[in-house]
Amino acid sequence: MTAVLEKPTQLTPEKPPRQWKGPAVFVAVAIIALVVMPLLLEPFRLGLLAKYLCYAIVALGIGLAWGQGGMLTLGQGVFFGLGGYAMGMFLKLNDAGGDLPDFMVWSGVEQLPALWAPFGNPVFALAMVVVVPLVVAVLLGTLVFRQRVRGAYFAILTQALAAAMVILLVGQQGLTGGTNGLTNFFDFFGNDVAAESTQRGLYLTVAIVLGVLYLAAWQLVRSRFGRLLLAVRDGEDRVRFLGYNPATVKTITFAISAVMAGIAGALFVPVVGIISPALLGVVPSLELVVAVAVGGRFALAGAVLGAVVMGYAKTYFSEELPDAWLYLQGALFILVMTLAPKGIVGVAAALRGRLRKEASA
Amino acid sequence: MTALLEVRDLSVVFDGFRAIDGVDFTVQNGELRFLIGPNGAGKTTLIDIITGLTKPTTGTVVFDGKSLAGKREHERVRLGIGRTFQTSVVFEELTVLENLDLAASFRRPLWQLLARRKGVVAAVEQALETTGLGDLATRKAGVLSHGQRQWLEIGMLIAQGPRLLLLDEPVAGMSSDERARTGELLTSIAKDHTVIVIEHDMEFLRRYASQVTVLHEGKVLIEGSVDEVRADPRVQEVYLGRAREEAAHDAVS
Ligand SMILES: Nc1ncnc2c1ncn2[C@@H]1O[C@H](COP(=O)(O)OP(=O)(O)OP(=O)(O)O)[C@@H](O)[C@H]1O
Ligand SMILES: [Mg+2]
Repeated sequence: MTAVLEKPTQLTPEKPPRQWKGPAVFVAVAIIALVVMPLLLEPFRLGLLAKYLCYAIVALGIGLAWGQGGMLTLGQGVFFGLGGYAMGMFLKLNDAGGDLPDFMVWSGVEQLPALWAPFGNPVFALAMVVVVPLVVAVLLGTLVFRQRVRGAYFAILTQALAAAMVILLVGQQGLTGGTNGLTNFFDFFGNDVAAESTQRGLYLTVAIVLGVLYLAAWQLVRSRFGRLLLAVRDGEDRVRFLGYNPATVKTITFAISAVMAGIAGALFVPVVGIISPALLGVVPSLELVVAVAVGGRFALAGAVLGAVVMGYAKTYFSEELPDAWLYLQGALFILVMTLAPKGIVGVAAALRGRLRKEASA
Repeated sequence: MTALLEVRDLSVVFDGFRAIDGVDFTVQNGELRFLIGPNGAGKTTLIDIITGLTKPTTGTVVFDGKSLAGKREHERVRLGIGRTFQTSVVFEELTVLENLDLAASFRRPLWQLLARRKGVVAAVEQALETTGLGDLATRKAGVLSHGQRQWLEIGMLIAQGPRLLLLDEPVAGMSSDERARTGELLTSIAKDHTVIVIEHDMEFLRRYASQVTVLHEGKVLIEGSVDEVRADPRVQEVYLGRAREEAAHDAVS
């Protein structure tokens, strides 16, 4: 039994396959995102891209939970919202400068609710962006995965959670701004939030955060934990008989995906200037899952790509053919799930393989 | 020798059907025990109870002097009870090496799992050697043949350093070549492990078994050496009777 814990021996040295392609693509994309795009895009378009990159952070988490871990989570909007509202509350209090936030005055609230008070502190608010989604996901995961709730049941449960979150937010007008959510922000850590320079800085921040989280997720996927996660996805019961508790593995992964969504929500607020129930309910949660499927859920890059592509598609189609978008999205989802389960990334890999074969023939 | 596994007065009822009915079953440290019996005798169910997959209706399972009541599956594995399944399950998306490494890493604290695997630990090295899967180490387990999968599963078990191995029909569906190799594998594993093997095949039994327990309709029919068991008229009735019925059935259809 002690042999299991012994130091690695090098009896069969494995030649590590030369993995320069992945890092090369990453660096190229990073240069495009950080240097080329800010030069190329006018402020409005850069703002749109920043928004899509926020969604890409959520998608990255979905890719981990669903693509790697087999947990189809239809309620990432909940965590996106928790992060978003934490940031929104801080910005509102900051703008109010000691007074009540504007929407509270309008809805007749006379004293700052106790829940709000600590969010005036930026350190606390930023910590909550991570802590609240983490705690909620760990609690939920511990309850649900221990009881071996999975598959469609888990999906429906998370979706119900997103619906419940919307009802809760809409119902508490004085506390949450109701349907309108939190908006009308002016100051962002000493900068005019609407200023071009602030927005460019925000765009760069979002891009860097996405890059860092991507690398972290990439490391996770390649670690032993990542192997274990795949094993849980493909044979949860078998994993139990290897001496691991799959509920722990799933809870940790789900919590990571929740934290990613929370961070994305917090970045979204200054970028777009609003957080409201409509941005985090069932539909936006579903749209992101569709985006991940379209991009390719089994690859982290697919999830990110899907979010950006579907973001652009949505903007384009809702400008050109607003009614068709919903149907188009549904059709695309069905098409991908039935014909190309590995999404754009999978199709691209297949095409590359065929080209190479033709070239060598 | 002391008892490693003690099953006392075990019963399990599925919707009124007694799949296990008052079984007493003891396995000594270091033993290689064969568990046989016709289809539906309750062999898999007995192993399911020992490993925590099924809860007994009555009775106790004591492993190394400690009751297993209330212990969950992965906790029993951590105590040193490993099993394979009748239909082998390996992780097809992982390589042979990764499958073995995953099995071997189960005692590592979780934070250690966050690092990438570097090199091959001794237990995995050993398992590759014992199972003869060394040449396939970097192939995905999904491409393995049926026999190779069974060996990989057995390899994953021994990489965990268990104290008791439960193998559910390891040679089912194997060619005679593969059976012979599995038999040798079994013999070598049994040298330093306690093993319980479920097996149907009388020929395989004759070659590799010494101590045999026969299960029939949820009860222990007889326990003894291979020769004793084979000579027992009740065993012949249970097996040959079946064989006769099946032959008759085949003749009709
Ligand atoms: N979960 C369950 N629910 C209901 N009945 C069950 C369950 N598991 C097993 N049984 C029944 O219990 C009996 C014993 O099954 P078991 O799988 O233990 O037999 P076995 O000896 O392993 O047979 P085989 O040689 O076919 O593998 C069978 O009649 C089976 O149908
Ligand atoms: Mg069986």
